[in-house]
Amino acid sequence: MTRYSIFSLAAHALAGHKRWRPTWRDAAPRDVYDVVIAGGGGHGLATAYYLAKVHGISRVAVVERGWIGGGNAGRNTTIIRSNYGLDGNAPFYEWSMKLWEGLEQDLNYNAMVSQRGVLNLYHSDGQRDAFARRGNAMRLHGIDAELLDREAVRAMAPFLAFDHSRFPIQGGLLQRRGGTARHDAVVWGYARGASERGVDIIQNCEVTGFARHSNGSIAGVETTRGTIRAAKVGLAVAGSSSRLAALAGLRLPIESHVLQAFVSEALKPILPGVITFGAGHFYISQSDKGGLVFGGDIDGYNSYAARGNLPVVEDVCEGGMAIMPMIGRARVLRSWGGVCDMTMDGSPIIDRAPIEGLYLNAGWCYGGFKATPASGWCFAHLLARGEPHEAAAAYRLDRFATGRLIDEKGAGAQANLH
Amino acid sequence: MRLPCPYCGERDAAEFVSRGDAGPVRPMNEADIFDYVYIRDNPAGPIREHWYHAQGCRNWIVVTRNTLTHEIFGAVLARGGGQ
Repeated sequence: MTRYSIFSLAAHALAGHKRWRPTWRDAAPRDVYDVVIAGGGGHGLATAYYLAKVHGISRVAVVERGWIGGGNAGRNTTIIRSNYGLDGNAPFYEWSMKLWEGLEQDLNYNAMVSQRGVLNLYHSDGQRDAFARRGNAMRLHGIDAELLDREAVRAMAPFLAFDHSRFPIQGGLLQRRGGTARHDAVVWGYARGASERGVDIIQNCEVTGFARHSNGSIAGVETTRGTIRAAKVGLAVAGSSSRLAALAGLRLPIESHVLQAFVSEALKPILPGVITFGAGHFYISQSDKGGLVFGGDIDGYNSYAARGNLPVVEDVCEGGMAIMPMIGRARVLRSWGGVCDMTMDGSPIIDRAPIEGLYLNAGWCYGGFKATPASGWCFAHLLARGEPHEAAAAYRLDRFATGRLIDEKGAGAQANLH
Repeated sequence: MRLPCPYCGERDAAEFVSRGDAGPVRPMNEADIFDYVYIRDNPAGPIREHWYHAQGCRNWIVVTRNTLTHEIFGAVLARGGGQ
């Protein structure tokens, strides 16, 4: 496959752009693979890519119900960050951040990774103390964090409503290395890299069941395009993890919830980076096209519908107006919903299932997109070596039974509060 | 989405708080507590779930709703086991 560079671009331009080839191969299923990954989103494709590149396992199939990147990989707000405070999370998301920083060179693909900073605003003394603590925890894990006072925030974003009567802005916790990436390009880049290394990407191929050996272990997957045999099957289908696990007779500590996102009409550059509201739940950035990309809470009820309801739309817009009333005249261009896995502690699961040969990569909600590289890296490690990667060692399925929860928000065992 | 509160009639979902699946019942023995607290069927289709009419009559109700379409089939008061 051709390597992209300024010279290849110039050559294509001189040839009138008539010689571009598809960036990845749309494969038909073969009978047997070493590993089958269900789910052709960012996580599934990243897993296949790292299986081939890092572990030398290229007899891999990624089976996708629809088209690649058509699920939550295409429905997020494209934010990347590693500003987590808990021991189980911080090393994992920081490993992801490091992979983001080298991703484009590694994939030879422009994923538009832009480290424009993530600023979490605080609005009270108590919240400042909590943010100071989180920032200190991050620094202890080697992650960059700066606690800004009000004037430092004002210098970055003078347009914010500092003197809001109910939620005045006192300052913010800034991670300069955070930012945004182009979500579709991440999917295509991983697909290209995996395909180049021999991975079969099979679209329009829905998993309908699992083939089992007589001892109960996994022998492969049943799909709408026939049976595909494999000794190891990995599920990377966040949003539908419970449905696929149920086909194998498993019940998970997961509820499916809808998370909405919004984009405004294109505006001139106004936002310096990602800004989040501390007193409600609202996060916003500006895409390179100029659209304001923003979101807030999940709707809060179980849903597989990939669309939400108006109360959350209102809540998100109120959050936006509370910190940046200047956007009140901008029109919302589009809104959409994605179906997330919500675990009972809000953190993901990367672990073996209690069935031999079945592996889980599940529980992704707010943290899903930013986790894409590390999720793929650690899931590939687990699939190839049969043991968890150290950065994801805390994401065990049995942590709910053993009490080793990773409850970043401290909300308790209720999925819709995380 | 509007929920048919048995006491107040059809009201905007914003008046309610969702508590999730009404299926799990608090077990009497400690061994089943883990399932009750953490494990969910998470059905794609009809689900019976608890909602609290916080901005209305303050009743807990059990709503039957399709998670694939958000279609609502009905609601009863949770008091008395939601029967």
